[in-house]
Amino acid sequence: MALLEVKDLQVRVDEREILHGLSLTVNEGEIHAIMGPNGSGKSTLSHVIAGKPGYEVTGGEILFKGDDLLEMAPDERAAKGVFLAFQYPVEIPGVVTMNFLRTAYNAQRKARGETELMAPEFLKKVREVAKRLSIPQDMLKRGVNVGFSGGEKKRNEILQMALFEPSLCILDEMDSGLDIDALRIAADGVNALRAPDRAIVVITHYQRLLNYIVPDVVHVMSKGRVVKSGGKELALELEASGYAQFDDAA
Amino acid sequence: MAAVQETVDRVRRIDVDQYRYGFETLIESEKAPKGLSEDTVRFISAKKHEPAWMLEWRLEAYRRWLTMTEPTWARVDYPKIDYQDIYYYAAPKPKKALTSIDEIDPEILKTYEKLGIPLREVAILEGVEPPAGGEPSPSRKIAVDAVFDSVSVATTFKEELRKAGVIFMPISEAIREHPELVKKYLGSVVPTSDNYFATLNSAVFSDGSFVYVPPGVRCPMELSTYFRINERNTGQFERTLIIAERGSYVSYLEGCTAPQRDENQLHAAVVELVALDDAEIKYSTVQNWYPGNSEGKGGIYNFVTKRGDCRGVNSKISWTQVETGSAITWKYPSCILRGDNSRGEFYSIAISNGHQQVDSGTKMLHLGKNTTSRIISKGIAAGVSQNTYRGLVTAHRKATGARNYTACDSLLIGDKCGAHTVPYVEAKNSSALFEHEATTSKISEDVLFYCTQRGLSQEEAVGLVVNGFVKDVLQQLPMEFAVEAQKLISISLEGSVG
Repeated sequence: MALLEVKDLQVRVDEREILHGLSLTVNEGEIHAIMGPNGSGKSTLSHVIAGKPGYEVTGGEILFKGDDLLEMAPDERAAKGVFLAFQYPVEIPGVVTMNFLRTAYNAQRKARGETELMAPEFLKKVREVAKRLSIPQDMLKRGVNVGFSGGEKKRNEILQMALFEPSLCILDEMDSGLDIDALRIAADGVNALRAPDRAIVVITHYQRLLNYIVPDVVHVMSKGRVVKSGGKELALELEASGYAQFDDAA
Repeated sequence: MAAVQETVDRVRRIDVDQYRYGFETLIESEKAPKGLSEDTVRFISAKKHEPAWMLEWRLEAYRRWLTMTEPTWARVDYPKIDYQDIYYYAAPKPKKALTSIDEIDPEILKTYEKLGIPLREVAILEGVEPPAGGEPSPSRKIAVDAVFDSVSVATTFKEELRKAGVIFMPISEAIREHPELVKKYLGSVVPTSDNYFATLNSAVFSDGSFVYVPPGVRCPMELSTYFRINERNTGQFERTLIIAERGSYVSYLEGCTAPQRDENQLHAAVVELVALDDAEIKYSTVQNWYPGNSEGKGGIYNFVTKRGDCRGVNSKISWTQVETGSAITWKYPSCILRGDNSRGEFYSIAISNGHQQVDSGTKMLHLGKNTTSRIISKGIAAGVSQNTYRGLVTAHRKATGARNYTACDSLLIGDKCGAHTVPYVEAKNSSALFEHEATTSKISEDVLFYCTQRGLSQEEAVGLVVNGFVKDVLQQLPMEFAVEAQKLISISLEGSVG
C-alpha cells in the first residue's frame, strides 16, 4: 500500500523554482534511494515533506497515509509518523539529550492521544536502544548534539528514529562526514528498523552507502525532477557512468 | 523568508495583556495624602510609631533628595515621573491591632492564595516535581513575610526562628524592637545619599523585611518575602536589611507581583545585606511585576538599589534574580568585596517582551585581598523590548589577587527587539585578573525546525531552547523557586513565536 505519494510537486524558494513537478510513490515495507548531483533538489524534497518553513509549494500535493501532508504543521507530521534524519543535526546547548528525547517522545504520544510514558519506563527504553547503537550513556547526559562528533550526531539521529518508531524515515545524506566504521554502525541501526509497515528513503550522492543499506528502488534526480527509476543495479550503473548523462533528460 | 516574517508578526501581536496576576483586591485602605513633602515623611513615620531618631534620618534623606536629580544614563525611556502625583503610603485599614494570622482580612489572604503563597504555616511543600534525573525534594520550610502595599501583614514561622535566635520581622517592628541593630546597620551599605531613588526610599520607605542571623547560626529555613502592589497610584518603597553575623548562613527569597493597571506605578526599593566574617547570604528574587499591556501602557517602574557588603573576611554574598516583569527595570544588585578572601556572585535571567525595557546588571567592587567574583547574566529579548546588561567590575589598588569572571549571553527572539551589553572594567591593581565573555544569538529557524520535526510545538520548542539557555542560572535557585521560575519564563514568552 502507498505510504507516501508525491504528485507533480512544484516548490519555490525566494521566487526561484527548485522542484518542477516531481512525482514519487513509496510503499510500506520498501527502501528507496534518491540519488543525484548537488543542487538537484534532493534535500529540498526532504525538507518539504517534513514541513520546513521557507519553502513555497506552488503546485502538486503530498499524501501520507492518504492524508494531505502539506496541511499539517511539522510537529503534526512528526506525530503522524514522518521522521527526517538531518544531514546537519543542530546543537541545543543546555538541553540534556535524555530530557529532549523524553519531551519529544511524549509530545508525539500526546498528539496521538496516547498516554505519556513515565520517566523510569522511558529511561529503560532509551538505554536498550542506545546499547544496540553503541551509544554510551554519557552521551545522553550531554546537551543535544553539543560537542558530538559527526558520527555521534548521526547515531543520535538514528537513536531518535528507533525510539519514535516512525512509519516513514527519510535519511538526508546520512553518509556525509562518516568514516567507514561509523557508517557501518549507522547503517546497521537503519537496517534494524526495516519493517513491513515502515518505509525508508535514503538520500545520497554515493553508491557506497547502498552497499550497507540495500534499496528496493533507486531514483535519480536531476534539476528538480525524478529522471529515472529502477532497481538497486541502477545505483551501480550510476557509479560507473556518473550523473552527466541525465543532464539532457532533465 | 516567509517563516521569519510569520514569527515576527506573532511577536508583534504578543499578548502581554494576559498578565496572570492581574487582579485587584477590594479592601479599604488608609493612605497618606497624595504627594511628597516633609509632612508626608512625618505622616509615614508617625503611622509607624517610629522613634525620633528614625524620623530625623528620614527627613535628612528627604532634604538631600530635594537637591538631587533623576539619573538619565540608563538605556530606558519613559515619560517624566510626577513625584507629587503619587501616594507614598497605603496600608490595608486595620479594624483592630492584629495579634495572629487568623485576624488578617480574609480578602488579603485570598489574594496571597491566588498568588500561591503559603501564608499559613504550611510546613512542607509537597508535590513539587523534581527535575528530570534529580533527587526528590527533601521536606523544606519557608518562612514568609508578606508585604501588601506598604505594610507587612504577617510573618510566619516566627516562633521557630526565634528559637534559633534568628530575627525575621517587618522592618517597622525592628525599628521599635531592635533599634540598636537597625541604627548600626541601616544605611551602612546604601547610604541615604547614595542615589536618587535610594534617597527617595530612605525618606518614605514604609515597610520591608528585617533579618538578623546571630553568630554561627545556620538559618533553619528559607526566608521569603512576597511583595505585592495593590493600591492605585501608590509607590511601593520597601526597605530590606539582612545581617549575617560571623559564621552564619541565610538564604532569602523575594517574589513580587502587582495587579494590572493602566497607569504606571513606581517601585523604588532598597535592599542592604551585611555579611560579617565567614558569613554567607544567598538572596534570590523572582520578579514578575505587571509589565504593561501590548501597547506599552501601564506597568511598574522598577528602580531598585540592592547592595551587599562582604564586610568580613571569607564572607560570601550571592544574588540570583529572575526578572520577567515591570515596564522598566533599573536594577544592579552589587557586592562590595571588602573583607579579604570574600566572594560575590551574580546570577541573572532578565526577560523582556512586549514594550518592556530592562537595564540591569551588577557591580563587583573588589577592595580586599584575594577577593573573587562571578557574574553570569542571561538576557532574553522578544517583542519590541530592549534588554541591556550593564556591569561594573573594579579592583581597588589594595585588592591584590582580585579575580572576576563575567559571562553575558543574550538571546533574541524576532527582529524588533534589542540586546545590549555595557561592561565597565577598572583595575587599579596590576595583579587583578578579570575575564569577560559575551555572546548574542538568535533562536534560529533551524533549531526550531529540528525540534518541531521531533514532535514539539513551536511554543514547546522555544520553551525548551530558552530553558537550556538559562539553565546555569536556574540551577542557582532554591528548588521550589526554580520550578516556579521555569514556569514563569514560559508564561512570559508565550506567543513570542509562531
